[in-house]
Order: sequence, then C-alpha cells, then structure tokens
Amino acid sequence: MFRNNYDNDSVTFSPQGRIFQVEYAQEAVKQGSVVVGIVSKTHAVLAALKRNAEDLSSYQKKIIPIDAHYGIALAGLASDARVLSNFMKQQSLSSRLTYDRAISLAEITARIGHRAQVNTQHYGKRPYGVGLLIAGVDAKGPHLFEFQPSGVTQEMVACGIGARSQMARTYLERNLDHFEGSSRVELVKHALRALKDSLSQGRELTVDNTSVGVAGISEDFKLYEGQDIASWLDATFENREEGEEGESMEVDT
Amino acid sequence: MNHFPQAWGRPRDDVYGAYDASYLHDQNGPKAHTQSPIVTGTSVVAMKFKDGVVIATDNLASYGALARFTNVKRLRQFNTRAVLGFGGDVSDMQYLDRLLSSLSIRENYSAYASSADSADATEASAELNAKNLHTYLSKVMYKRRSDFNPLWNAILVAGLDGDGKPFLASADLLGSTFSAPSLATGFGAHLAQPMMRRVVPNEAAVANTTREMAEKAVRDAMKVLFYRDARSMDRYSIAIVSKEGGVEMMEDEQLEGQSWAFADRIRGYGTQVN
Repeated sequence: MFRNNYDNDSVTFSPQGRIFQVEYAQEAVKQGSVVVGIVSKTHAVLAALKRNAEDLSSYQKKIIPIDAHYGIALAGLASDARVLSNFMKQQSLSSRLTYDRAISLAEITARIGHRAQVNTQHYGKRPYGVGLLIAGVDAKGPHLFEFQPSGVTQEMVACGIGARSQMARTYLERNLDHFEGSSRVELVKHALRALKDSLSQGRELTVDNTSVGVAGISEDFKLYEGQDIASWLDATFENREEGEEGESMEVDT
Repeated sequence: MNHFPQAWGRPRDDVYGAYDASYLHDQNGPKAHTQSPIVTGTSVVAMKFKDGVVIATDNLASYGALARFTNVKRLRQFNTRAVLGFGGDVSDMQYLDRLLSSLSIRENYSAYASSADSADATEASAELNAKNLHTYLSKVMYKRRSDFNPLWNAILVAGLDGDGKPFLASADLLGSTFSAPSLATGFGAHLAQPMMRRVVPNEAAVANTTREMAEKAVRDAMKVLFYRDARSMDRYSIAIVSKEGGVEMMEDEQLEGQSWAFADRIRGYGTQVN
C-alpha cells in the first residue's frame, strides 16, 4: 500500500519540495464556507455566508469585529480563528494603550503572519487551519489583507476564500475596474453578488445566512446581520423573483 | 505563642538568641543612586501658537550648583512632527534618547513607515505624531516610577497631533501628564509660565497668536529665567514645529538685549551684604 511518509509533521519536506501539513491546512480553508472582501477608495467591505449544522441550530459566526477600525472574516477552523482574533484584539488594544494610535492593518497582518509562519517551522506544532480576510480603515486609508495558514499575507483589492470561492473570485475579476470608484452601497452589492455566485444551485442569500461588515473613512467597522441587511439583499437581488438569474428560480416565500 | 507577627516564621529568640541583623546595615541595601538626580538640566519652556509650537531650553547641564557642562542640547527632534524638551537628570535624558532612537528605527522599518515611492500627505500621517509620542513616554515614565526606579525628568512634548493641530503636553518622573496652551517645567513653572500665560491664557487665545508673538514670548521667558534662575545659562536652544515648516531647530542661540540694571537694587546676599 502506498503511504505518504512526508506528512507526519510540518517540518519535513517531501522529495518534491512540498510540506504536506501546510497543504492540508490550506485544504481546511477550502472546506470553510465562503467569505468575500472588497475595498474602494473610501470603504472596505466583508461579506460572508454563514452555515448552520442543522436547520434547528444557530449559524456559525463568520465575521469578527476586532477593533473600532477593522474586523476579520474567516474560512476554516473557527477555533483557530478564535485564537488569532483574540491575539489581534490584544495587539490592537495594546497599540491604543501604549501609543494612543489605532494599529495599522499592514502591521497587524504582519504580526499574525509571523505567528502563523512559526507554526510551520517547529516540530510538534501545526499550522493554523484557517484563512482570514482582514478589512478596515487605518491612517493610510481602506485596506483588505488576505491571510493563509502558511503565514503568507497579501494586500488585495478584492478577495474570496472558502468553499467554491473560485466562482466569487471570477465575479470579482470581471468587475475589478468598478471597485475603486464604488460608493458604500455599490461595494456591498458587489460583495453580495460575488458571494451569491459561489452558492450551489438552489441556495440563496437570506437575512439568516449572510453577514456583512463595513468600515469606511470616518466610519467605524460595523457588523450587519439579520434585518439590518434585508434592504441590501432586496436591492442587490431585486429581480430574482423574475428568474433573471437562472439559479434562483425556486421561490417559496 | 509569640504575638508579634514580624517574628513568625523566624528562628525563635529564646532558642537561638537574638537575630543578628548587623549584615543588613552594610551596603547591602537596595540600589539608591538611581533615585536622585546628579547632573541636571533646568527649565523647559514651550507654548502653542496658531500653526504650531515653540519650545526652548538652555544648553547647560549642572552638577549641583556647578555649571559643569555648557554645551548640552536638551531639545530632541523625534521626526518632522515632534520635538521633546528634557529637564532633570541628564543621564536619564540620554537613556530616553537611546530608547527613542530604537523606537524610531523600529517605526521606520515597520508597516507605518511611508514608502519611498509615495511621499504624499496621507502616507506621512501614519508615523508617530507628538500625541502618540507623549502617550508612549508617559507610559514609560509611569512604569519606571512604579518600579521605584524613576526616570528623573520633566519632559515637554511639542509638535502636531493626528489632525495636524498644535500639540503640547508634559510628562514627569511620576508618570503624571498635563496639557495646556503654554507649559514650563522646573523654575520656569514659576517664572516663565505667568509671562507666557499673558499671551495665551487659554486655547481660544492660541488661534490669535502668531508665530512671531510666541517666539518672542518664549525668548523673553528664557531671558527672565537667566536673570533669576541660578542654574541657567545665556546660551540656549529653541525649536519651532509647524505644519508648513516642519521642525526648525536652532541649537546655539545667545540671549540678546540683556539688561542687568535691576541688579543694582538687589541687596542682602552675595558679596554685597547691605
């Protein structure tokens, strides 16, 4: 029987130059439900699809506000995201206490990046099984960063991670030119449309399964859920009842 | 039963004899030489005007009453938006100077640094401003005093805050902070502060104060301090921080227009007894 001998720990390279434990961690991100982030010149938006384990249960939290000026959206192991978000909250608070300054998004992203990378280099540790989108506004304006379990971080104009996120990214790539000049509402609509594109057939965005986080210049990061996003959903998908979008034909409300 | 709690857990005197505490009275006590100043700088004076702040100190470091070092710069530029003035112990000032240098290097290599290709206004505003610096320094001062090892300084931080408005605040060896349109440490708090308050009695008056008015008030204050503060000197440093000009630092100024006519009337000490 073939058995992979190079995936027992995160410090051993395979003969092909791969570190399997890190790749498995990245697989965990792909199992998580999809999250999308976009920035314009004035705003940063996160949108996420929440999952519930069963019909009667509540939905898993996908967007976590960290400090007044930014928040994160997660895809993957929520428990690992909890560790990272607690760390980010501490670091953000420490910046405000020590310097009376809101931590910059590039700085906090670099700090969790370093932390995650250390886990890929020490025997007995494991990589974080979560990908994050970090969005908000700092002294240098609105930003969106992507964080991966490998410790890789990148600044993005728009990004989607999680299950079937390729469809969302395709939407984002097609509309890339519109984002920079978008208004707050337009940006939210783009994010919701991208999110919608990654849904499987017959599923829809509802006030229950969708989360939106918005930050802007002189606007604190805020998480919107439930009835607060009803008007955005209605405005974004106003003609879904008419069946213009092929997948959303099922109507039972 | 011994009813004196301080004796509990100790060898019993009736069994072992009285405790020999003599070794405690040698030089084995806690370090104390860091808890009083040795070489000192005197007053720091500063005041706001409508576009910025003026700050000044003389260039003297005294060893007790002796004018020991006559070319010590007690103003320190942190960046284009903040200048610090140090009064009190000079070695603690030098420690803080090194601390701020390392902070500055860390900042300039971090994500806060403005990138070389885009030197526009928004980029620059990410670096530490005078307010950030004052908050940081006050935490350092409070930490040290809580360790019973204070940094024996009175510090004024002058510059611009996050909105580009004039900022002036003090931090001292106790970690206490204070902010006002004009501030002075040490002897200056008694002699210079009333003079500067005549120009800027409150925040509203700052808006009507020009750079020239503020600079004149501070230079006049330095003169009065030289007249009446025995630990002062007639060579001094003055810095002006403003949004347009950044930091203008003048480190070798000479007091001008001195008049010692008043000295004739002073009787009762020194060589003239009556």
